[in-house]
Amino acid sequence: MLKTILLPLLLLLALPAQADDSLYSAWGEKAGIRAVMDDFVQRLPKHERIGRRFQAADPDHFASQLTEQLCELAGGPCSYQGPDMKLAHEGMTLKSGDFNALVEVLQAAMAARGIPFAAQNRMLAKLAPMHRDIVTR
Amino acid sequence: MKTASLLLASLLATAAAQAGSGKLLLTGGVSTLDGAAGGGLSPWALTGSYAAQGEWGATAFATGAKTSGYGLRGAGAALAWDERLEFSIARQRFDTENNLAPLGLPGLQLKQTIVGAKWRLAGDAVLDADRWQPQIALGLLHKRADPGAFGPTLTGPLGARRSGTELYLAATKLWLNHSLLTNLTLRASRANQNGLLGFGGAQDQRWRLSPELSLALLLAPQLAVGVEARAKPDALNRSVLGTGALKEDDWFDAFIAFTPNKHLSFTAAAVDLGRIAPALNPRRQRGAYLSVQLAF
Repeated sequence: MLKTILLPLLLLLALPAQADDSLYSAWGEKAGIRAVMDDFVQRLPKHERIGRRFQAADPDHFASQLTEQLCELAGGPCSYQGPDMKLAHEGMTLKSGDFNALVEVLQAAMAARGIPFAAQNRMLAKLAPMHRDIVTR
Repeated sequence: MKTASLLLASLLATAAAQAGSGKLLLTGGVSTLDGAAGGGLSPWALTGSYAAQGEWGATAFATGAKTSGYGLRGAGAALAWDERLEFSIARQRFDTENNLAPLGLPGLQLKQTIVGAKWRLAGDAVLDADRWQPQIALGLLHKRADPGAFGPTLTGPLGARRSGTELYLAATKLWLNHSLLTNLTLRASRANQNGLLGFGGAQDQRWRLSPELSLALLLAPQLAVGVEARAKPDALNRSVLGTGALKEDDWFDAFIAFTPNKHLSFTAAAVDLGRIAPALNPRRQRGAYLSVQLAF
């Protein structure tokens, strides 16, 4: 009796641990992610509110690091080696409005590169919790 | 002096440029009929406008609903600060058309003024995507009804009060992974027909805790569809007019919200307001709802 209840429960618990690369596929794998990130880093310095923070960034290096990060988050075969989010944004006193502005630029880039809306939100769901390391409350 | 005013002007200009622009599309909800941010019928834990951390924002709205027997118009505004506090005001005018003709009151308008405050207690409905905890807010709506020539009957034999306060606790969560927003609101209220028929009755002065549920699916950055269900008290069910004469039902709607940009949104809905004074008009009041909101 206990077994019949426990087994499905254990299977359920095990599910999230399984490698799921459906988001990675939906984004068109690494090339698809890179295309969005190239677009994204082109748009960032032009943004009215947060653009000035990205004037000095090397677009190629930045896009490459972001690609690794999103590829890993999406379940792809990548391993992000870039700076820790908390350390990278320390002392910047970013507000939630700055964070959301960045999300908006990303949304524009994702839409321009034809990422389906549901796949956009699935990626944002992985990125959004980073607000705790980035935004100064 | 001149320098100071120049400085002030530039500070204000900076504030205006940043005011109410820091939140993502539709994450301030739309304006409820009662003025607070939420769905159409139910206040949510979200604060209105696009004011993010440290920002001020404002919204203004106009709403019209037409059912088979009645018409309802509302308008109002809300002020939000820091994704934390929201203040709102709304006016409603309910057109009873010819339903009250048997009482000698054809064309009577029931009016109501509502002031509201909402305080976010915890959570971030949108950004805390890896947690199940919702954004939680506590809200208050103070309502004052102006039932016109129906007033003496309402506050006399029916025993309702003209003004009343509602308290609500709202929990909102955006399941970003599924592009789905859910909201549960618990409202403590004595309002009859949302307050348009006053508060409580001669036979029933108790507060009721009523649940309200909203679901919204984001289809595109600018487009959401959803449904709402709102339970209501029923204090006038037993009255001197006979049991059931003023029975009220729960409210339902199915809506579509479209926001072409951060300053403008439209909400259209099919509403079911249940029976309203069934002794005078026994039909369920189904109809259309249209609302426009400006945000700054």
